[in-house]
Amino acid sequence: MKNRDRRERVAVAFYKALKNFGTALPILLGVVLLIGLFKTYITIDMITYVFTGEPFRDTLIGSILGSILTGNPITSYIIGGELLKDGVSLSAVTAFIVAWVTVGVTQLPAEALFLGKKFALTRNLLSFIFAIIVSIATVLTLEVIT
Amino acid sequence: MGDKTLLYGFYFLFFVIILYLLLFLLNPDKIYKSIHVVRNIVIQLLPVIFLVIFLMGVSNYFLKPKTVMKHLGEKSGVRGWIIAVSFGILSHGSMYLWYPLMKDLREHGMRTGLIAVFLYNRAVKIPLLPLMIYYFGIVFVIILTIYMILTSLVIGKTIEMIIKTPS
Repeated sequence: MKNRDRRERVAVAFYKALKNFGTALPILLGVVLLIGLFKTYITIDMITYVFTGEPFRDTLIGSILGSILTGNPITSYIIGGELLKDGVSLSAVTAFIVAWVTVGVTQLPAEALFLGKKFALTRNLLSFIFAIIVSIATVLTLEVIT
Repeated sequence: MGDKTLLYGFYFLFFVIILYLLLFLLNPDKIYKSIHVVRNIVIQLLPVIFLVIFLMGVSNYFLKPKTVMKHLGEKSGVRGWIIAVSFGILSHGSMYLWYPLMKDLREHGMRTGLIAVFLYNRAVKIPLLPLMIYYFGIVFVIILTIYMILTSLVIGKTIEMIIKTPS
């Protein structure tokens, strides 16, 4: 009897999980489709083109681009490596890779829907600002240490 | 909330499909490439989707509001922050896959600031560190990782100050 109760509780718990995740599926699929468009339409050359050579402005641009673009962090490292080779400053590249993983403009509708509009906007805005602060702090610390 | 989420989800999906159709009229090749990219992403995401559903099931079974309140609630203290940082670092897959679980946990009593901490620390991925070191050097990666963990706490605290109650 006790085992049957436990089995029923497990079944209910997983049914609830499947149902909740099922509710999330349309928006998650929408986000994945948008990522597909980004990956096809935006090339590394296009990204390199927008940097100006002025460190602070480039850091801001890095953070903006990292916020808009999305995908696996590995992609951001590869793009970041290419940008460094092309002479883009380390702080700009750092802001780019930090914003890439912490800010999600493409995911914003999904985040707002699940965690609330105010939460999603505040978290993304703070993450955007801190991508710039963290990148400058990292590069300054690196310069002091090495 | 579930029905509302589903409805908005379908609106959003519909909008993206329309966007695909419009772009298909302009350049079909690019859309075929996008669909190929999407297929690859979905294949990569499948194991994480199963993991998230499994974790949601486990949390539904074991985590009662009282337990969540104790470990991740208002009075969880330093332990709550440490759990959120660790869980964020150890979790896998894209950030958006974790929103449903975070929503569930918040409904069980998880602090808003800890959700922000969890989401921010998803940026610190141990398996990817060797690759990051390859591109940017070990000293850079150590400094950046430390700053990111500290920043997650600042963001968590700031969000709690701004959002007193869940929106």
